[in-house]
Amino acid sequence: MNEKESKSNEMTSVSENKNKTNHENREPLLHITRRSEMEWKKAWLIRLAAILASLIVCAIAVTLATGLDPISVYGSMFDGAFGSSRKTWILGKETALLLCVALALTPAFKMKFWNLGGEGQIMIGALVTAACMICLGNTLPEPVLMIVMFAGAVGAGAIWAGIPAFFKAKWNTNETLFTLMMNYVAIQLVAFFVIVWEVPKGSGKIGIINQSTMAGWIPSIGGEKYLFMILVVVIVTIGMYVYLKYSKHGYEISVVGESRNTARYVGIKVDKVIIRTLLLSGGLCGLTGWLMVSASDHTITTTLAGGRGFLGVMVAWLAQFNPAAMVASSLLLAFMSRGASEISTHFQLNQSFGDIITGIVLFFIIGCEFFINYKVHVRKTGKESEADV
Amino acid sequence: MENKIPAVSMRGITKTFGSSVIANKDVDLDIYRGEVLSLLGENGSGKTTLMNMLSGIYYPDSGQIMIDGKPVTISSPREAFDYGIGMIHQHFKLVDVFTAAENIVLGLDSEEVPEQAAANESEEALDAEGGRKTKKKKRSKLNLKKASERIRQICDEYGFDVDPKQKIYNMSVSQKQTVEIVKALYRGAEILILDEPTAVLTPQEADKLFAVLRNMREDGKAIVIITHKLHEVESISDRVAILRKGEFIGQLITKETNAQEMTNMMVGREVALNIDRPEPLFSSPRLKIDGLTVRSSDGVLKLDDVSFTANSGEILGIAGISGCGQKELLEAIAGLQPVEKGTIKYIADDGTASDIVGKDPTEISAMGVALSFVPEDRLGMGLVGTMDLADNMMLRSFRKGKSLFTDRKTPRELAEKVVDELEINTESISTPVRKLSGGNVQKVLVGREIASAPTVLLSAYVVRGLDINSSYTIYDLLNQQKQKGVAVVYVGEDLDVLLELCDRIMVLCDGKVSGIVDGRTADKNGIGMMMTSLHQVPEGEEGINRNPERRSRR
Repeated sequence: MNEKESKSNEMTSVSENKNKTNHENREPLLHITRRSEMEWKKAWLIRLAAILASLIVCAIAVTLATGLDPISVYGSMFDGAFGSSRKTWILGKETALLLCVALALTPAFKMKFWNLGGEGQIMIGALVTAACMICLGNTLPEPVLMIVMFAGAVGAGAIWAGIPAFFKAKWNTNETLFTLMMNYVAIQLVAFFVIVWEVPKGSGKIGIINQSTMAGWIPSIGGEKYLFMILVVVIVTIGMYVYLKYSKHGYEISVVGESRNTARYVGIKVDKVIIRTLLLSGGLCGLTGWLMVSASDHTITTTLAGGRGFLGVMVAWLAQFNPAAMVASSLLLAFMSRGASEISTHFQLNQSFGDIITGIVLFFIIGCEFFINYKVHVRKTGKESEADV
Repeated sequence: MENKIPAVSMRGITKTFGSSVIANKDVDLDIYRGEVLSLLGENGSGKTTLMNMLSGIYYPDSGQIMIDGKPVTISSPREAFDYGIGMIHQHFKLVDVFTAAENIVLGLDSEEVPEQAAANESEEALDAEGGRKTKKKKRSKLNLKKASERIRQICDEYGFDVDPKQKIYNMSVSQKQTVEIVKALYRGAEILILDEPTAVLTPQEADKLFAVLRNMREDGKAIVIITHKLHEVESISDRVAILRKGEFIGQLITKETNAQEMTNMMVGREVALNIDRPEPLFSSPRLKIDGLTVRSSDGVLKLDDVSFTANSGEILGIAGISGCGQKELLEAIAGLQPVEKGTIKYIADDGTASDIVGKDPTEISAMGVALSFVPEDRLGMGLVGTMDLADNMMLRSFRKGKSLFTDRKTPRELAEKVVDELEINTESISTPVRKLSGGNVQKVLVGREIASAPTVLLSAYVVRGLDINSSYTIYDLLNQQKQKGVAVVYVGEDLDVLLELCDRIMVLCDGKVSGIVDGRTADKNGIGMMMTSLHQVPEGEEGINRNPERRSRR
């Protein structure tokens, strides 16, 4: 059953209730109850069914809107993501970057601190990295430069998130607005320095930094440029999983997120936990910025973060803040975006069409959670049956 | 009465949650007009669930509900209203920034609806609803003035005291409850369900509520009251229906029964209804509080020059009308409330005294002071509702040890032990505590607090909302602590219990100590008077005249 059908069923049930005076004995056609718990196998079956259903709806949308054969569209999406080893590496890089941002945001979100400043924290980390490459690139020995770049980027990201955290802890300011505003400051700072460092003068661009010396470039491992980045993110993923699940800090984050009063009651220093957690969150965003500049783009523009700070929020929510599940959700989003850009070039559609497909798929994936959390009873003569997706 | 047609009859009602939790099983219940029915049962026996099915919040898995002998389906609260059923929940459903009148008319379509609903003809009410859909032009403007008039009329009729123009956030708990009741009546409720209405009220407020309920009964309304307090059952109800573990056990005519019989039916076995009070052993000063003054964050004086001593091996009761500084006192001792003036000295076994004022909970425990605190707000402060039993046990102990990682094993063992010893009714120790019933939540909290072998145990309203059986379990636990030499501080609201349980009782009035009396010799009236006036009037006539209303304390 897809969402549209279920909606129309609800409508019938409403009209049914209105006529109740005529046949009062009847149970309502549909009623919804909360499930206690569903075994995970069944839950994943529902999610799988939702993805299949979304593909069918997408196919209909493709045929209706463009007249193209949906199978070949799907084929080329797949091609865009996995078509060649280069494309697969790019997909890996995209997944890694998204995952890294999502992991960075997770501790803050688990603490119910809505860090929407991922974008700015990435940018400031990237800016510091680029600054090191430009200003120190040819003066410091390579290993020292690497350490300075890494520490600078992580530190800058941490400070960028730490400022709103400090204000939240001391004066309970609204972190959503604060972190959002910090994004603009970071992006404008980048815009300013792009002009300061533009090459050649007047172009408004920095271009590839240290193209000849490759100072500050993360070396490729075994000839693969993105392997280093992927390995770093793998370590971050495992680290974050362990940190949240088994460490004392992780436990404190959960308690503060659920109830500040309880945290105070058991002697957790709430202010300290907020600031510490946001330093970590921002630091990891800064790390993402460092990876982008040093290991991938070797340049900086105002659109470098490219909305990953916000997409990361979605990745984290989709996975319900479970770092292991985030691997899957970031892969899905990266796949969708790579596939979408492939079909837009391959079939001369614009990028918006790819976004439509992404939207439909996400709608189904998020929507199916309803059927995992709730049970829909449909009236049947004698007994009740259950309607799932 | 028996040959009347019941206003509501429920037949064979069954409701399960998930696959394993049976909230109600094959329950038959009749509710009559002109009668107050008490629904009695332990925590988690399915009283609220049963009533929620009547008020349209839940839908039964099987069974039939009949109103005035006609079978009906109630699938939403709105439909329940159409049948004249109104429920007052434990947690009020009011919009804080609206006035009483605005809250009362909220959700009603036009001024016509109340009159029609008042007629209590479900068909008429439904026609009105149908009419709303087809003929939208008939919808008239919201007339708050007219609504206010009707609200006044209802208030006069039953003896309520509500100002329709007062905003909800300015109201006391009791006033909010009154608004909820008026809201139900305004919508034409003929069958009124109250879920533990007195849990949040002072004894005087409860008396006022009961007077109103009696007026409503005289008016021919059917009233169901869910409560744990047996003396309330005896004073207000005509009939008692008893549920145990989701099943209907039986009903009694209130006049023909007594507290002992009701308790036995409720629990399913013989229960002794008296509280032990062992003589204090090896009693010596443990906490010495001197001149404690506390202001709330907005500068209101909450505690004014409070001095007292809590002894080891003794239960010190604290009596007072709610909001007289009890919360601030306990929180100040526990290091959660900034103190303006005064000292709190902890006296260790070897006689050394150390001041714990201005220290936070971590620092206090680092000083070797084993202080446990059962706060009033169990899920908001004492526990984390979404975490399971084991993780909640960890709240107190997770910091132990140098390791960066938490020790999961010890809390799990503790959780198993607490579940076992206190007979906590839960599926497993991996169940989130908010899914447990009130009594079980409290047992988890008390169990954890006493597990850390405290020398001082602070407790605030530990038995609030708990059934008889759980309450007695808690009293026993407190007595055990006392005999172990713990200084127990018991903030309570039920004077009868305070007088039976405590060795000494300190009475607070407006943040000041109005006196400390011996629990064995003090009497209820004397304490009642000390709660309302700072002068210690020993049952003098002067005091009675000055406070005529207060004197008739429950």
